[in-house]
This record gives sequence, C-alpha cells and structure tokens, in this order.
Amino acid sequence: MINYNKRSEIGIRILRRWTLIFLVGEIIFFSIAGTNYFSLKNLQNILVDSITVLLLATGETFVIITGGIDLSVGFMVGFSSVVSAKVMVDLEAAGFSQPLAITMGILAALLLGLIPGFINGFLVAKLRVPPFIATFGMYGIAYGFAEIICSNVPIHNLPTSVGSLGHGYLFYWLPRRFFSFLSIPENLTREELKQLISIIPNLTVITFIFIGIFAFILAKTKFGQHTYAIGGNINAAERAGVNVQAHLIKVYMISSFFASLAGIMYVLQYITGRAPAGSAYLLDAVVAVVIGGASLYGGKGTVVGTITGSLIIGVLEIGLVNLGIPTFNLHIAVGCILIFAVLVDQFSPELIQKEEWSA
Amino acid sequence: MMETLLEVKNIIKRFGGLTAVDNVNMQIFPGEVVGILGDNGAGKSTLIKVISGVYHAEEGQIFFEGQKIKISNPMEALKIGIETIYQDLALAENMNVYSNIFLGREKLKKYLGLINVLDHDYMLNESKKMLNRLEINIPSLENKIRNLSGGQRQAVAISRSIYWNARLLIMDEPTAALGVAERGKVLNLVKTLSSQGVSVIIISHQIHDVFSVATRLLIMRRGKKVAERLTKKTNTDEVVGLIVGSLPGDYN
Repeated sequence: MINYNKRSEIGIRILRRWTLIFLVGEIIFFSIAGTNYFSLKNLQNILVDSITVLLLATGETFVIITGGIDLSVGFMVGFSSVVSAKVMVDLEAAGFSQPLAITMGILAALLLGLIPGFINGFLVAKLRVPPFIATFGMYGIAYGFAEIICSNVPIHNLPTSVGSLGHGYLFYWLPRRFFSFLSIPENLTREELKQLISIIPNLTVITFIFIGIFAFILAKTKFGQHTYAIGGNINAAERAGVNVQAHLIKVYMISSFFASLAGIMYVLQYITGRAPAGSAYLLDAVVAVVIGGASLYGGKGTVVGTITGSLIIGVLEIGLVNLGIPTFNLHIAVGCILIFAVLVDQFSPELIQKEEWSA
Repeated sequence: MMETLLEVKNIIKRFGGLTAVDNVNMQIFPGEVVGILGDNGAGKSTLIKVISGVYHAEEGQIFFEGQKIKISNPMEALKIGIETIYQDLALAENMNVYSNIFLGREKLKKYLGLINVLDHDYMLNESKKMLNRLEINIPSLENKIRNLSGGQRQAVAISRSIYWNARLLIMDEPTAALGVAERGKVLNLVKTLSSQGVSVIIISHQIHDVFSVATRLLIMRRGKKVAERLTKKTNTDEVVGLIVGSLPGDYN
C-alpha cells in the first residue's frame, strides 16, 4: 500500500539533518583552512563566544513555537547586566562580602528580569497585543531603564572574584603533574602556567545546565506539549482545556529569564555592566532558532535544533576571524544560511505521505 | 418507553427582528442518529449552536437524561457530554494522532521517580484501542495530523470526543469536504458510533448521506420545524418537497 522510495527517503532524511551536517562541514572546513582552529582552546572559545546567542535563542525557541516573537530580549541582556553589576558594586561598597554581593547581584537580575517577561506575556495573552509590538515596546523600555540605572556610563569596578568565576574552568590539567577541579593550584612557575590546559569554561557549564533543563521541559513534559499545541492551533488548545493565557505568560517569562541569564553571563565574562550589552545578538538569536528548524508561524522547533543553529553562527564567526576575513562578511553568510534554512523548510516534502484509510 | 438522551422544548432564538429558531421541539434517544435537514437559513445551524452552548435561547428548555440543564458556553456542553465536531476539527495539525486525542488530558509518568513526563506508550496504546473499537484504520498514530486526509482527521476528532465520554455528537456538514470513498467511511463511522450507544445529530445538504445513516429526520423551514419523519417511512422526494415548501408541513 505504501510505496516508499528508498532512495528519496534517504535523501529526505539527509535534508532534514542538513543543519548538523552543515555544522560539521563548517568545523572541518575551518580546521583545514585556518590555523590552530581545531584545538581545545579555540573550540572552547567558540562555546564561550556563543553563550549570549545560545541563551537568548533557547528562550526565544519557546516563544517562537507558540507563534510569537520576543524582541525585548535584545535589551533585556543590557538591563540585566547593569542591574546585577550595580547591585554587586553597591553592596560591596556597603561592606558586604564579595560572594554575598555577587549572589545578591545575580538574584536581583534574575528576579527583576522576570517582570518584563510577565508584562510581555500579559499584553500578548490577555490584551491581545501582537507579540511583535508588545515586545518591541518592551525593547525600548528595557533599554531606557538600563541607561537610567547605570546613569549612561558602563559600570566597572566590580568585585574582583567576578572575574575568577567568569573566566574560570571546570578542570585544570598540567600534563604529568596534576589534574585539579575548579581552581588553579598556587605556586606555579610562569613556564608551568603556560603549559596549563584549561578544560570546560564555567560559563559554558552554567549555560548548558539551564539549556538542558529547558530542552527537557520542552521535549518531555506536559508544559512542552501545550507549547506546541498553542502554536499549532490555539483554539484546539483552548477547547482541550489548556489555560492558554497563563501558558503564554509563562513562555514569555522563560524568554526574559534566559535574557537575564545572558546579562549575568555578560557581567561574569566582561566584568562590566553595559546598557547596550547583547543588543547585537537579538537577530542572531532569532536566526539561530529558525535555522534550527522552527517556523515563525509557530508549532515547530526544538532546543537541540536551536543549539545547532547557534553554533553554526558561532563557528562561522570565529572561523572568519581566524582566516582574517573582515567580520561584516559574517552578516552576509548568516543571511544566506537563514534564507537557505527557510527554503529547505518550505520545499522539503513530508516524509510520511498521505496513506489509504479504511474505517 | 426509553428515556431520552436529549430533549429540547419550545426553543426560540431571535437575532434582532429575525426569529432564527421558532418554537422547536426535538428528542434524541441513546444511540440514535437524527438528521436535521433544511435549506440555507432554515435555522439548522442556529438550533445546534443553542444545544452546544454557542448561542443562548431566549425561550425554551433543554433536558439531558431527563435533567433540566442550562448550557451557558461550549465548555459546559463538553462537560455534559455534548460535543460538536467542527469543520476545522479543533485539532493541532503539528502534533500526532495520539497527542491530539490526549491533548489537555495528557497521561503522565514519573521520570527517575521525580519528574512528571509524558507517558507516550500509554497514550499510544489507549488511542490504538479506541480507534480499533470504532473500526478506524489509521496506519500510524505517530503521524502528524497535517499528513492525514480530511476523513482521517474527522475520525481522530471523533475518537477524541468518544474517548473522553461524549454521549451526543453533533456533526455539521461532516461529508462536505470529502471525496466519495472517504464520505462512505465517515458514514460507516457514524453507524458504528450509533451501534455503540452514542447519539449523533447530523446536519447536511447531502440528503442521500443523511438518508443512509439517520433513523429519524427533522425538517426545518424558516426557523420552524415543519415535519418529522422516520427515514424508512419517507423518501427523498417527500423530504425535498418539505424542505423547499412545495409540500405543506405537519405543524403549520
């Protein structure tokens, strides 16, 4: 009854995995063409460099699956970075210990960061404001508040241990000498420090813990299932008894939570808080989600796809730098990949064709 | 005498100066298939929208299993067991068959004894049983609704409502968008439902389709019920005459 054409089936399978194949191809290409591209240090650099896009894109994945979009995350990064930096600086000046000041700074940014998400969700779900407009409004508001909080100047002079946290690694290894966890042993000679191999940046670990948790939620839980249902047919979801309004508010809060997390990562990485931090990554994040197989019409997308999409951009960026090609070419390349991704999505035939039905 | 599943008495529904449903009475027994026939604007759709909670009647009463009920919105109708199978079918096209059947009432299991995750195996098996019971054959329940034909989609929507204990299905033009083969399958499904005790109200312009499944016919004209016939004691000529008004009705 079903007449599977084996060859075309394999072709479709390959086409469906094209992002992963493209990513591997990119890495192979730059490893051959570049210098020292395929090294532990450089690959870790790519991961750290991609943190903002990875985090923003993971939150954005949820929103895009519901058929919405969250533009506010662009300036939510800056907002969260100045909030956490400001709290850290002020609390340390007020005599708090560094670990306490840093913890409070992080918590403040995470808590305040949920408010814009709640407002976005409320506007979209209850007041039926189009997501593009609601979150674009919040984009400006978040930027304005960020500039007010930092009085128009970047916040410096953060507690010194911010750097050791943000630039630290999970493991340190000096061949034939030691293997240590989280901290570098003291009393190393300059020569030994040069040979020291750092493995897995802290920031990458934190980033992937959160991405992993939310990938699980989207793929395995009722919450994830309802997210897809809302994107597929909002009326069907409502008729089936899903509390659509509350669900949408939660989804926008997830997105702003990830943007806040990206802001905190920015502070840990650059040891400063800036209002425009991360704003350049808004489009990259949306592009990463779409390359990862999501549809802007909703109902489709996965976190794993989004991670692949984010890394395609990250690998390309570092690769172009490595080859000494001016980075504005990156925008051309990313633009081309985006259009290709949408074309593949539109023209790839469905794997399972309509089949005979008998009742 | 058998107890009625649904009884509506003296229903009147007005839209401004227009009386869309004018003093209509109707009874439906368990497992019965009733066809409502009438020209455009005869009031068929308005009548079933009153029953399914979309409209509120100005006058009249509704009884379900002998109990007087008030249906103020479609969700209440669903809870009582009255389900309308809509044209757009209210399915999420991006999701597979069993996920749609369980949408909003997902079966969960513990993952590592801690976290609630979706129990795909259970939902798949239960859905299979349901489709078998209704003699519906869909090759894979992991197919997305998008990849199914119109008739298959209708079968999924019906399975979903029966699984969740619908007692009365209202089908508005169920065969309109279907090809000949699929139309036959949907009509067979209606017969299966009836044999399993589910009552069905069917509205259609396809008089032959209604004749092939309904045991009783209700003919409406200009908001009024003009006649009621047992299918086996009438013929299409008489029914068409009643619909267009060339034959006088019983009640005017």
